[in-house]
Amino acid sequence: MGAAHGRLSAPVSSGPTYGLDEGALRALVPRVLAGLVRRGEDFDAAEDALQEALLEALRAWPEHPPRDPQAWLATVATRRLVDARRSEAARQRREEVTYAEPVPAVTEEGDDTLFLLFCCCHPDLAPASQVALTLRAVGGLTTREIADAFYVPEATMAQRISRAKRTLRGRRLDQPGDLAVVLRVLYLVYTAGHAGRVDLAGEAIRLTRRLNLATAEPEARGLLALMLLNHARLPARLDSKGRIVTLDRQDRSLWDTGEIAAGVRVLQSALAAQTDEQPPGRYQVEAAIAALHDDAPRPEETDWPQILAWYDDLVALTDDPARRDPAAVLGRAVAVGHVHGPDAGLRETEQLRELLGDRHRWHAVRAHLQELGGDLPAAATSYAEAARRTANVAERDHLIRQAARVRAG
Amino acid sequence: MPKFLLLKYYRGGPESPHPFPPMDQWAPEDVDAHMAFQNHVSELLEENGEYVDARALTAERTWVRYGGPDAAPVTTDGPHPETSDLIAGWWMIDVESRERALEIAAYASSEPGPGGKPMYEWIDVREVMWERPTDD
Repeated sequence: MGAAHGRLSAPVSSGPTYGLDEGALRALVPRVLAGLVRRGEDFDAAEDALQEALLEALRAWPEHPPRDPQAWLATVATRRLVDARRSEAARQRREEVTYAEPVPAVTEEGDDTLFLLFCCCHPDLAPASQVALTLRAVGGLTTREIADAFYVPEATMAQRISRAKRTLRGRRLDQPGDLAVVLRVLYLVYTAGHAGRVDLAGEAIRLTRRLNLATAEPEARGLLALMLLNHARLPARLDSKGRIVTLDRQDRSLWDTGEIAAGVRVLQSALAAQTDEQPPGRYQVEAAIAALHDDAPRPEETDWPQILAWYDDLVALTDDPARRDPAAVLGRAVAVGHVHGPDAGLRETEQLRELLGDRHRWHAVRAHLQELGGDLPAAATSYAEAARRTANVAERDHLIRQAARVRAG
Repeated sequence: MPKFLLLKYYRGGPESPHPFPPMDQWAPEDVDAHMAFQNHVSELLEENGEYVDARALTAERTWVRYGGPDAAPVTTDGPHPETSDLIAGWWMIDVESRERALEIAAYASSEPGPGGKPMYEWIDVREVMWERPTDD
């Protein structure tokens, strides 16, 4: 990701006098913030103070580049905090606002990212707030950029972030958080898209890489592998007119082989760290499935039996059928169709009708299997049903074209 | 996060359980209370970080279509100008779920009518499609 995405603001990415590129500057955000919060500052106030320090940096650094940017930001943010406290002191005395207990200093260095991710992905926050706060406090994006990425007014995103920070006020932030929530939030950021002005998929990969510097948890590596292995196919997923190209029709020479190799390496290291007591979690399993797709030079060479075996593992991760991931059970039905024939796949989908029959993906999977089995009229109807139900314009257009193509024979 | 349009109608939709006369026949204070409630809903959405947009439309409608080559556009005020559905305005919201959208719509429908009684107005909830393909 580069200057083209316009992080912080244009002068930062283009100003050569800083001696610090945009990525390096943004990497300082969580380090400085974690330092302030660990010292006992309120998360909310510290985050505001750091944002002000960053704005100050934009003004001051072109003329006076700092010798130590991190120390500069910490100093200015601290000054802002002191100022804010002074002006608030009188009001505080009146209202007897109790501040959060000072957070004891954590001794480990280098896990600022993990510490802040646990703050931002606090289980008391709604997913949308966790995502917004993570992008701002850990990713260093501005409120404006986050608002643009999710197509909401800046004021709405600002409100969402400040509410989230208010919720965190007074919470103890020194406990280890829930890593599963952090992984889910990062995956949400990744799947939110890649075509907006802010490259959220690239941002998610960057944050997950940094998370992996701080934890050896195999699932964190599994998530990074999954992102890399899917992201590698991105250049082939849309044609020159922006139309969706399905996996079986993609130009595989467009896939990023370097990213695939990196994803496979990360996945292998995750799987190697697993034990019998702790089988691979969902991200590792999904990464393994993605790796098998990436590994096929041609669609016909896809190793469907192995993919089906991984899908069996994925579905078995959840006992309760109602709580299973729809994408997992439907993906498994497709794999069954390729291994045991389209009719077997369709029988699988029949068992899911009650649970998922009103989802567009259920109809799309049936359309694919019906087409595979040569039942073109049924496939056309299913594609049209799927098109009617999706909330995604690109996907709807794709499904309508599929229906028309199949109808035309 | 899905976006939804909460559409309000001048007329049309399911039959109202509590029919009211048109607003120009209400007591002035009831009109004020009704308007204040509309603003209150918008403020609430802004406070929650769920607000995207709110608009009101005039009750004037013109249907228009291509007239053909070298012909002027054709216009009409509709086949049944007095009875057809007519949208009055909307809120666009950005929320966690469809359930939350329905909850907000139901609240908006509790707006005060004549005598301050809830109007039980039908609100049309429509999901807004998103442009970007997801990266999955």
